[in-house]
Order: sequence, then C-alpha cells, then structure tokens
Amino acid sequence: MANEILVLAESRGKEVRRITFECMAAAQSLAAGKPGWEVCAAVAGPAASGIAEVLSARGVSRVWLHENARLASYSTAAFARAYAELVRDIRPRIVLAGATFLGRDLMPRLAARLNAGLCTDCIELRLDENGRLHVRRPMFLDKILADVEFTREGPQLATLRPNLFAPAPESAVRASIIPWKAEIGPEDLRAVVREVVQTAGQSLDLTEADIIVSGGRSMKCAENFRILQELAGVLGAAVGASRAAVDAGYAPHSMQVGLTGKTVTPKLYIACGISGAVQHLAGMRGSRCIVAVNSDAQAPIFRVADYGIVGDLYQVVPLLAAELEKALSK
Amino acid sequence: MEIFALVKQVPDSVSEIRISSDPRRTEEAGIKFVMNPFDEFAVEEAIRIKERFVDARVTALCCGPERAVESIRMALAMGADRGLHAWDPAFQDQDGIATARVLAAALKGRAVDLILAGKHAIDDVNHTVPSALAEFLGLPQVNGVTRLELAADGKSATARRRIEGGEEIVDVLLPAVITCEKGINDPRYPSLPGLMKAKKKELERLTLAQLGLATSDVGLEGSPTRVTRLSPPPPRSQAKIIARPTLEESVAELVRLLQEEAKVL
Ligand SMILES: Cc1cc2nc3c(=O)[nH]c(=O)nc-3n(C[C@H](O)[C@H](O)[C@H](O)COP(=O)(O)OP(=O)(O)OC[C@H]3O[C@@H](n4cnc5c(N)ncnc54)[C@H](O)[C@@H]3O)c2cc1C
Ligand SMILES: Nc1ncnc2c1ncn2[C@@H]1O[C@H](COP(=O)(O)O)[C@@H](O)[C@H]1O
Repeated sequence: MANEILVLAESRGKEVRRITFECMAAAQSLAAGKPGWEVCAAVAGPAASGIAEVLSARGVSRVWLHENARLASYSTAAFARAYAELVRDIRPRIVLAGATFLGRDLMPRLAARLNAGLCTDCIELRLDENGRLHVRRPMFLDKILADVEFTREGPQLATLRPNLFAPAPESAVRASIIPWKAEIGPEDLRAVVREVVQTAGQSLDLTEADIIVSGGRSMKCAENFRILQELAGVLGAAVGASRAAVDAGYAPHSMQVGLTGKTVTPKLYIACGISGAVQHLAGMRGSRCIVAVNSDAQAPIFRVADYGIVGDLYQVVPLLAAELEKALSK
Repeated sequence: MEIFALVKQVPDSVSEIRISSDPRRTEEAGIKFVMNPFDEFAVEEAIRIKERFVDARVTALCCGPERAVESIRMALAMGADRGLHAWDPAFQDQDGIATARVLAAALKGRAVDLILAGKHAIDDVNHTVPSALAEFLGLPQVNGVTRLELAADGKSATARRRIEGGEEIVDVLLPAVITCEKGINDPRYPSLPGLMKAKKKELERLTLAQLGLATSDVGLEGSPTRVTRLSPPPPRSQAKIIARPTLEESVAELVRLLQEEAKVL
C-alpha cells in the first residue's frame, strides 16, 4: 500500500473544474507534515493529456493519465473500470473526488468494484497515525453531523463537498505524467451518454457558485425573477429558487435548492422571500454566510441567517443591487 | 418483465432528529417514518411501466427493520404486485456498501429486467446503494433520471438526466439500474381500495440465512465504514437584524457588514 492520496480529476471540455483543485488542496492538507505521504492526480478520457498538463502544475507528485477513445462518451461503468485498474495497480490509501454529479455517480461504483469503503459529501477529513481516514459528513438533511471512520485495509474513498477548500494554487514545478492501461469492453458500455444538451440561460451551476441569490413563492411569477437576476449580475452570482417557486413554474427545477433540489455551499446565500422550511434549509444551511430578506420578522429563515432585513423584497433587492454596484466598483 | 423498485424507510423530512444515548445512533421514538421521497418516484415509474407492458410485474424490495414493512405496504398500495423484505438483526448499523450486498443477494437467481431506485436516501444521503448494487449485479446504471423511455421491446431505454449546466441523454441496455430524480413523474397517492388490496398481496421475508450470506458480509463486520459519533451541527447565531430608520440605510449597513465583518465580498 502506497501512502498516496489520489485525486480523480473532473473536467468540462478542456477545463479542469474547480472542485478538482479543491480536492487537491484537501489532500495536500491531509498529507502535510506526514513524511512519505504524496498527493497525486488521475485523469481518464479520450484526449486527456491537456488536462493532465494542467493538473501537473498544482503541486502534486505525479499525474496518472489514461487516454482511451472508448471513454469519449461518459459511461459510469467504463470510467469505474479505468480508475479501478489504476487503483489496483498503485494501491493508494485514499481516493478523493468531488461530491458533484460526476463524483456521486462514479465513486460508489468504483468503491463496490474495489470492495472498498466510501464516504460521500464529506466536509472534513482527518488522517490518523495508522493512515486511516476519518471524515465528518452531514446526515439527515444537515440536521446532524456524523463522524465516520474507515475500518479496512485497502483504498478509502471519499467525495468532498464543493466550496469548502481554497483551490490548490499553481506551482512552478511540474509533476511527471505517467500513463496507465485499462481495457474497456462492450459490457462496460451498456449505458452511454449519447448527447449533452447545454441548458439555455444560467451558465453557472448553483453547486459551483460562490454567491447565490434565491427567490421563493413571493416572486409571484417568472418575470419577477429578473430583479434577482439583476442583483446576481452585480455579484457574479447564480440564481436559485425554493420549491414553492419551482412548483409554481416560476423557475426550472435545475434552480431548486433543498431536499429535493440541490445542496449548495456558497460563501454567500441571499434568500429573498423564502420562509426557511426545513426542506429548504437542508440544501443551503452549509453556506458560509446567509442573508435573509423577508417581510415577516417571524420567518424561520431568520433563525439560520447571519444577517436579516425585515422588509419587502421588491424594495430591498433593487436597493441592494444599486448599493452593491456602488460598493464593488470602488 | 420483472421490475424491482427499491424502497427505503426514512424519518419524515420535518422530523426533529435527536441523538440517542448511544452517540452513534439517532433516537427513533417519536419519529414518523415514511418511504424515502425519491423512492416514491421509483415506485410510480415502475407502476407506469407496468401499465404499458401487460406482462410486467412490480416488486418492492426493501432492506430495513420490522417497521420498514410499512413502506413496502405503501408501495403495494400504490400498485406494486408484491414485496420483498430483507431483514436480519445482523444487518444493524451496516453502511451503504453492505446494504447493496444484501439487496444483491435478495435479487440473486431472480429474473430482473429493470431496477428502479431513488436518487438518494434523505437520511444518510449516501448516493451509494443503487450504484454499488449495479456493480455487484454486473448491470449498467443511470443515475438521477428525469425522464425514462423504454423501447417497445423492453430491451433498452433512453434516459434523460440533468447535470451541472446541462442535460444528458443516455442510451441504456436492460437489465439496468436507474435512479429517479424529482421531475420524472408525480407519484400517485394510494387509493382506499389500493390500501385494502395491499394487505392481501404477497410479502416475502428474507433473513441472513435465506439470503445465503454470512455475518461477516453484513452489519458492521461487512461494512468498510462505520459511524463513530453523531453531533448536532454548530448552532448558527441568531440573525443580526438590520433595522436602520430607512431601508436605504439598512441596505447600506448590510453591504458594509458583508464587506467588513463577514468578508464575503
Ligand atoms: C418531501 C418534501 C421535499 C421538499 N423539498 C424542498 C426543496 O428541495 N426545496 C424547497 O425550497 N422546499 C422543499 N419543500 C417544500 C418546503 O416545505 C416549503 O413548502 C417551501 O420551501 C416553501 O417555499 P417558500 O419559502 O418560497 O414559500 P413560503 O413558505 O410560502 O414562504 C414565502 C415567504 O415569503 C415571504 N414574503 C412574501 N412576500 C414577500 C415580500 N414581498 N417581500 C419579502 N418577503 C415576502 C413570506 O413572509 C414567507 O416567509 C419540500 C417539501 C417536502 C414535503
Ligand atoms: N435499505 C434499503 N433498502 C432498499 N433500498 C434502499 C436501501 N437503502 C437505499 N436504497 C435505495 O437506494 C437509493 C439511494 O440510497 P442511498 O445510497 O442510501 O442514498 C434509495 O433511494 C433507495 O431506492
């Protein structure tokens, strides 16, 4: 068993996603001060050498690369096979990926294939003197935090919630890039992505946004979301919604935050006219700073918010956009 | 066509979750248990497919303690044909990988054309069981599906799912494991006759021995991870309500606090 922490990279097109650099930072802080421990990255894909180049400049010891035309379209089983071959070969102690759509899709299959343990959605990681991983992860809609430990020899797999770690910075040294081999067969390609349709509108996904401005039932119609969009524009934020707004057809489900929507952890979450039902809180309670704008001083959202303004969102939101525009242009 | 819907019983989303005297567990007293909301989508989808394919049969499969039978009954009341309940005291405290192993054992030797599950369970939020089950059974999988269309011959399907910033269209050969995301359907409420009929439907129980598993495969022994301690999340301090004489002043103060105190801008 090598004292290696392997980060599985995620990219979109030619771009490495920020969560990968966050995982690298998490891995580097695990390895810090532990002699012999190394952080490495791995990437698989049809033409992944460009990605490998980018990864190699982030303070890792090695980058593993598997280029394979059979990975041109995403298939869970095929990627799980490719990474399983690498993990069996180099025997890292820890494998990390983001708790993103991809990480959540791939890691359980990889864990089962390797007969390894997996902890998903981790918010803290710790390594003990025996090289065992201990994690903290929210459960029960973020109402409880669970400390979980791995109990076996063999690789320990974990996915990390986005936006918790500052991305690993670029370094002047470049790590070597080492290819690995894997045979992808037709049995791995029984479920394959045929087409990816870019959804119109919001380009920044909620789960990757640093700042989110959300609206609820009180938006009353889809058009009114424009005022949130304008505020978001000033902040470089993404726009979210409560389920009440989504169910009423004011916003698409891709914008829904909460139990049956997305779990988000931005540094700033601005809830406008959202009451703060537990199912909504489930998706945003982990945000670093929460601001609530609500006309009802008793609204439960004020119990989790850091700052609140009791008032009409139709007055507050435009004022806030104007004030921020002034403050941020200074 | 043999369709299986995986159902897990979980605390209702509004339940207040308390840590029990054993800090690795939560208190069950006073909790209302319900079918995992995402599993309602799985059961509904299974029934809709059955309504299209005359030869189809829907089995609700659940691993969980005695109380979990209620969730199987709910699936039967919605229209599933029979229930499979896998439980043994040896399963206590097992993780998602061990649960997937139990479910795989429950399906071993049975004809399977399609396994529908929820995207995740709202108690442990593992996102793990269906994918691990697919791996153990050697089946393809598609997670987080918002639309599923089966080919007329029932041998393949096209699934749509949302990813960050887009939507994927996935072609999948059956048998396969599919997990359901909100939007795939609107689950029906069981009708009164449905509830009556559910009582008479077949419910098969499976214990450790019947599943052909050893104690080392299940429970804590069979789990590569284990919970050591539960704790309440750190309390968020009450909101600082900003109430200056005018809204303009309050908003200006908010911006100042975001910049200088919270340092998030
Ligand atoms: C199984 C299940 C899953 C669920 N999943 C989710 C989920 O994923 N996400 C989610 O959000 N919800 C979810 N819910 C629904 C949740 O329980 C609430 O119904 C929902 O969050 C309420 O949305 P809201 O806050 O927009 O609406 P409301 O609760 O109606 O609140 C509207 C708020 O707007 C305020 N308001 C009205 N007008 C103004 C104004 N002009 N200016 C300022 N404030 C104003 C009101 O004071 C009120 O507080 C789920 C429920 C269940 C049962
Ligand atoms: N104990 C269980 N019995 C039956 N199905 C389960 C069980 N645990 C999880 N599942 C299924 O797997 C899905 C994902 O659960 P999880 O991996 O725990 O997030 C659930 O929505 C269920 O459909």
